[in-house]
Amino acid sequence: MSHKLSAEQVQFDTDKTIFGFWVYILTDCVLFASLFATYAVLRNGTAGGPSGAELFNMPYVLVETLLLLTSSFTSGMALLAATKRNKSATLMWLGITFALGTIFVGMELHEFSNLVQDGNSWRRSGFLSAFFTLVGAHGLHITAGLLWLVALVQQVVQKGFTSGTLKRLQLFSLFWHFLDIVWIFIFTIVYLIGVVKV
Amino acid sequence: MNHPTGNDHGTTSSYVIGFVISIGLTLNSYYLVVNKVLAGNTLLLALGGLAAVQLFVQLYFFLHLGKGPNARLNKLLFSLMFIIVVIVVGGSLWIMKHLNYHNMTPAQTSHSIIRDEGYQK
Repeated sequence: MSHKLSAEQVQFDTDKTIFGFWVYILTDCVLFASLFATYAVLRNGTAGGPSGAELFNMPYVLVETLLLLTSSFTSGMALLAATKRNKSATLMWLGITFALGTIFVGMELHEFSNLVQDGNSWRRSGFLSAFFTLVGAHGLHITAGLLWLVALVQQVVQKGFTSGTLKRLQLFSLFWHFLDIVWIFIFTIVYLIGVVKV
Repeated sequence: MNHPTGNDHGTTSSYVIGFVISIGLTLNSYYLVVNKVLAGNTLLLALGGLAAVQLFVQLYFFLHLGKGPNARLNKLLFSLMFIIVVIVVGGSLWIMKHLNYHNMTPAQTSHSIIRDEGYQK
């Protein structure tokens, strides 16, 4: 009887936390929306400098997009493996997610450093300021997610599937899917529409 | 349904379906732009449409919006967020466009009106 009650309490606690995290994600959406609005307004403010059409390497960005999309999928697979209490599969999917995320951040940093080396840093124009702020904010979120993932893997290895680790796995997968959705809009609005001459 | 081992995280097949659709939509948008299949406003509308479809595909298949214990509240808050985003982004663009009009010489103003609306006042 008391055992059943505590299981219900754990579930209530988990539901409450996930709801709170969902509220955080939605407020983060509003933050990204303001950065998207800033970018959209400053898009044509190149101050005589290069525009997106001259700067973006589309096949490179497509690879980044597919990597992030796949990592979103693998984080979901990790959560599914965890609900089946399959530790080795969970750790494998989390490992793949981490590897894909790390490659993504590496590619983004490479893109940024190339731009800066060519003299097209955030100081060049309003367009580039907005570009670095928006894409950089997403990259920072991904980096924070990767650090979180390291802590999560360590917890799963040490503690196994407790109600705490299962809850955090769910939160992480929500966060990671959310970042993937934000990237879809960066890919469409910044990169794809950026290379189209309207 | 609210049991800890309950299945409100979706299934393998739902993740695979969401993943395949997302990849398809991404490659579609990329193809439209790189091979210059469409142009102008048609292209922008198509890209916006594909991104919007992908948003809902991922919300449904990955984030499981509308399932689980707080489904109704989650959807309500999502709608609220959506309205705020539309106001922030749409409103910014609208205001800045009009500010641009007010900062132009008369010649630039008529040039912009012809470009944006296709006729001269």
